[in-house]
Amino acid sequence: MRKIAVALIAILALGAGAAHAGSDGQDFTRIEHGRYLATVGDCAGCHDEPGGAHPLAGGMKIETPFGTITASNITPDKDTGIGAWSDDEFVRALTHGIRRDGAHLYPAMPYPYYTKVNRDDLLAIRAYLSTVPPARHEAGGDDLPFPLDKRSAMAAWNKMYFTPGEFRPTAGKSAEWNRGGYLVEGLAHCGACHTPKNLAGADKSGETLQGNPVQGWFAPEVTDASPKGLGAWSAEDIVAYLKTGHNKFTAATGPMGDVVNRSTSKMTDADLHAIATYLKDQPGSGDKQPTAIAASDPAMKTGAAVYADECAACHTAHGTGSPRLFPSLAGSASVQSDDPTSLIRVVLAGTRSVGTKAAPTSPAMPSFGATLDDREAAAVLTYIRNSWGNAAPAVDAAKIHDIRKSLTQHSG
Amino acid sequence: MARPNRRKVLSAMGLALAASPLSARAAVIEGGMPWTPDRTQPPQPVDPKGWRYFTQEEAEAVEALVDRLIPPDPETPGGKDIGCAVFIDRQVAGPYGSAEALYMSGPFHDGTKQQGPQAHDPPALHYRKALAALDKYCRGSFGDKPFAALSDQQKDQIIADLESGKVPLGAKPGSFFKQVLKDTQQGFFADPVYGGNRDMAAWKMIGFPGARYDYTDWVDRHNERYPHPPIGIADHPDWKG
Amino acid sequence: MARKLPPKDVVIIGLGWTGSILAHELAQEGLEVVAIERGPWRDTATDFSPAFAQDELRYRLRHELFLRPAQMSLTFRNNRDQTALPVRDWGAFMLGNGVGGGGLHWNAETWRFLPTDFTLKSHLVQRYGQKFLPDDMTIQDWGVTYGELEPHYDRFEYLCGTSGQAGNLKGTIQAGGNPFEGPRSRPYPTPAQKQPFAHTLFGKGAADLGYKPFPQPSGNLSQAYTNPLGVEMGRCTYCGFCEWFGCANYSKASPQTTILPALLRQPNFTARTECEATKILLDKSGKRATGVLFVDSSGAEWEQPAELVILAAFQLFNVQLLMLSGIGQRYDPLTGEGQIGRNFSHQTVSAAMAFFDKKKFNFNPFVASGAIGMCIDEFNGDNFDHGPHGFVGGGYMGNVQSNGRPLETMTALPPGTPQWGAKWKEAVRDTYLSTIYAGSGVHGSCYTYKTNYLDFDPTYKDRFGRPLLRMTMDFHDNELKMSAFLTDRYAEIFKAMGAQQVVKKPRKGPYDITQYQTSHLCGGAIMSATPKDGAVNRYLQSWDVPNLFVQGASGFPQNAGYNPTGTVGALAFWSAGAIRSQYLKHPGPLVDA
Repeated sequence: MRKIAVALIAILALGAGAAHAGSDGQDFTRIEHGRYLATVGDCAGCHDEPGGAHPLAGGMKIETPFGTITASNITPDKDTGIGAWSDDEFVRALTHGIRRDGAHLYPAMPYPYYTKVNRDDLLAIRAYLSTVPPARHEAGGDDLPFPLDKRSAMAAWNKMYFTPGEFRPTAGKSAEWNRGGYLVEGLAHCGACHTPKNLAGADKSGETLQGNPVQGWFAPEVTDASPKGLGAWSAEDIVAYLKTGHNKFTAATGPMGDVVNRSTSKMTDADLHAIATYLKDQPGSGDKQPTAIAASDPAMKTGAAVYADECAACHTAHGTGSPRLFPSLAGSASVQSDDPTSLIRVVLAGTRSVGTKAAPTSPAMPSFGATLDDREAAAVLTYIRNSWGNAAPAVDAAKIHDIRKSLTQHSG
Repeated sequence: MARPNRRKVLSAMGLALAASPLSARAAVIEGGMPWTPDRTQPPQPVDPKGWRYFTQEEAEAVEALVDRLIPPDPETPGGKDIGCAVFIDRQVAGPYGSAEALYMSGPFHDGTKQQGPQAHDPPALHYRKALAALDKYCRGSFGDKPFAALSDQQKDQIIADLESGKVPLGAKPGSFFKQVLKDTQQGFFADPVYGGNRDMAAWKMIGFPGARYDYTDWVDRHNERYPHPPIGIADHPDWKG
Repeated sequence: MARKLPPKDVVIIGLGWTGSILAHELAQEGLEVVAIERGPWRDTATDFSPAFAQDELRYRLRHELFLRPAQMSLTFRNNRDQTALPVRDWGAFMLGNGVGGGGLHWNAETWRFLPTDFTLKSHLVQRYGQKFLPDDMTIQDWGVTYGELEPHYDRFEYLCGTSGQAGNLKGTIQAGGNPFEGPRSRPYPTPAQKQPFAHTLFGKGAADLGYKPFPQPSGNLSQAYTNPLGVEMGRCTYCGFCEWFGCANYSKASPQTTILPALLRQPNFTARTECEATKILLDKSGKRATGVLFVDSSGAEWEQPAELVILAAFQLFNVQLLMLSGIGQRYDPLTGEGQIGRNFSHQTVSAAMAFFDKKKFNFNPFVASGAIGMCIDEFNGDNFDHGPHGFVGGGYMGNVQSNGRPLETMTALPPGTPQWGAKWKEAVRDTYLSTIYAGSGVHGSCYTYKTNYLDFDPTYKDRFGRPLLRMTMDFHDNELKMSAFLTDRYAEIFKAMGAQQVVKKPRKGPYDITQYQTSHLCGGAIMSATPKDGAVNRYLQSWDVPNLFVQGASGFPQNAGYNPTGTVGALAFWSAGAIRSQYLKHPGPLVDA
């Protein structure tokens, strides 16, 4: 019974925009809906002015593998923002990556995802954006090498990698599943971080949501795959994680901590359930369990010793952690990701997990960069990736060395 | 594609050095628990070579003193080989030696025992003056020999006289004995990262497992000897692999 | 000339336990709250990580987490005939510094006072007669009862996740708990901690002698816990680095692990760290606080105007700031007049060392936590008939050995052991694992006297040129007699445990500023029924300046035989409750003078 109710709500939510299309900018319900959708899309994550002076006034430098792109001003300022844009121009920008002046946007603006959002929802977002204080702020230019500095180059990119078009529900799947797909593939643009990229920075086809390095972190696989994905998580675990930043397995930190803080913790339970339902139905890379490295391996022995001295007091001798406080290392997807970047980073530099209204603790992992050398850090990570039922490739000391170096450079 | 560098955004949250005209110069904390990675650093392990504060002669005297205060035995090194003199040297060369943290405003008066130490000289200077006086005393009483060149018996006698105040060394009777004894014992038992307690030998001697942080499995194992050797902040023999 | 900051509704001086509690309670009301904290921000992962938290030299001996006497100290003498001299380095007590305050470095022994502790004077006079009390003793009733504080004790314990075994649930005595405690409305939030060997043995020895031992209520948690604010704590791993240290694994209750994560999410709360409050400002009438003056880390002076001032510093500094601000009348020991500085007290702690046969006993003293221990309460407060003994007061006693840190425990050597040399080394080696030495094993009360007080020192100044506080303090016969009697009973339990040798260490006078007892300084701005007898009313509201509330143990009229933090926390919730339910509706005196 409850499932049906949820599905009904999802359908209503999908249709909500339609009922109000064409109403004026004073429409409270529509603006509220747009504000919610802007939260789902995490517009502020890129478009807020650094330093927080003017919300959505742009200027944030977005580092991409190809260069630095500057987020634009999306306040209703007529000259420097999008106040002068027509609704069609706004929709075209989000669904086709084309600016008002006809120039191409870079896909750092996730229009390959937003193209799946229906027009009503986009216009609701527009209605909301029209209500924020207009800020006169020239966001500044980009810093990209030739030929990428030519926006026209994006036309070729689009031709090769971009498929425009709204999300089409899959017949035979529940309304909840389809709502989840609509959000994951569209506005929430999960794949922007979690889907592996090709050399051109486009999503690799056939590897959707299977894990990807981002900004010195690794966004792990978020499909139902096991152990690399969320196979061990229930839908409720996913909902708890997105809502509070914490569940019995892990804590959101780094870029995902910010996404939880700004976006997912503010989403409705129905949408979070829809996302969870959809993700749990993605087979991803499948259930391939690599063989764990033997405990007798020298690195494993060193790792066990390091673990006992430095880690067990919080994560426990059995790697089980403490719910919503110390992530469980046993069975953890991010611990068993092929790419150990996030793990290395967290061990070397420490991190604070996100605090939310429902889970305010925001516990932090100390930095062990001054305590562990490259070999020791590699050993303890190899150990946690291959103990208590975990299995993942060994971590190489050279990789620790590289990330240590990049962290030192970044913190300067 | 890519995202803004959110690590920086997140770490900036909550703790900001405000310096605008209408705000005081101090850390202003709001909006969430601040994240200030590496704010506090682990201690840097002491390099045992050379002396930072003591002259060679002073160092020899201190080594001789600590080796009689805690003499070697077949199982455990004495104060010298375990690094107590190195420990004291590094300590008096730092904020401890200059009494940097203490209330050192005058006037200085001797009070009752209950009122606590009122010494004007911080520990570093105390060592300098007392070691000079000790040298003078030894050379005057033992045929121009410094303390380090005396026999164990002679050294022990002098230490006993320092303890009783019979040899006053200029400062308050007994004060240098107290100072060097306290510092020697600290060097013996403190974490080896500070230069003493080499190889955690003092901890092994008594059965203290050192810097371990998890005895969850041991709280209800009663009257059973804990089997694991000590570890230090920077001493982890079983990490060698 | 101080520059003015934009006004706030509430300014709080000090961000330890009471500052955090008041800030959270008042921010819940929607008020704009700012806290001014003298020390730095501190937090678990950054300031006492498990990579280096377990460092006896750094934290225990070099006082990493404490106020530096160079920044602020006080002077001390035993009596008025002496010239007070500065406390150049800490000894008898430790003064925390920074966010979390004493709540960061404490052991987390989380007790409630006895119901009769709150009505002490009238209770003792009724039972024993006025003549039984020493002439110069100045004890008072608190003006608040155990029954009134019970819900607030409960809130503090549930905030902290305190681990313990109830002894009295709504009047029904519970097996295994403290049968002497006042009735509690519900059990402790988490079960008692497990006990190591020596502590368990103490429980058995005490039970053999007919006492009713129970586990000490502990803020080192037996299991993971989520408090009512949604803040998570971990379980204690018995590392033995608790008091003087910060907890590296979120298992010791502190403002950081229980309340600050929720408080700092409040958009109407701001903390300014490394800012030293130098004065509470009053208007021309002297009856209204207008804000707080403070000096920031660059030396610049600022005024923070506010409608309500909460003084939530450590006991000594509450008293000092009241004096420096000219609030209330300073106490004069000759006339007994004046309120600020009177009824100063500390604690009467004693101990015993128990040496056991090392072939039969191995205690692993390093397996411990700050508030571990088995205790008895037969000799606390007025739980026994004092008539035959000629003293009043008492304390709990127990094996509460909180650590096996070598520099702390090596002082427990058999009598006759030399201080140095081969024999010293042997003795240290042979006794470490088989000796019990709980430094505060007998945790006795300290009642108040005309001659124990705080005032200004005439000679010594702080870095701003202001007079240091002067402590005039000595033990009186009543406390020394009590200590001797209790320590005798304590030693009997060690003998019953099978100790080969027991060395009693009753507290002896004169009071010594170098001998660590506890950091439980009390009084100086005490609660009272009338403005004549104290600085604050039963809600901790200043009698003189009704928009000023003075939190903490400075309000205790005298000290009971327990660690004070449970009561300090309960009083903070009680006071905050009165502000929320009464003061904010009708700002003004909550008790008619």
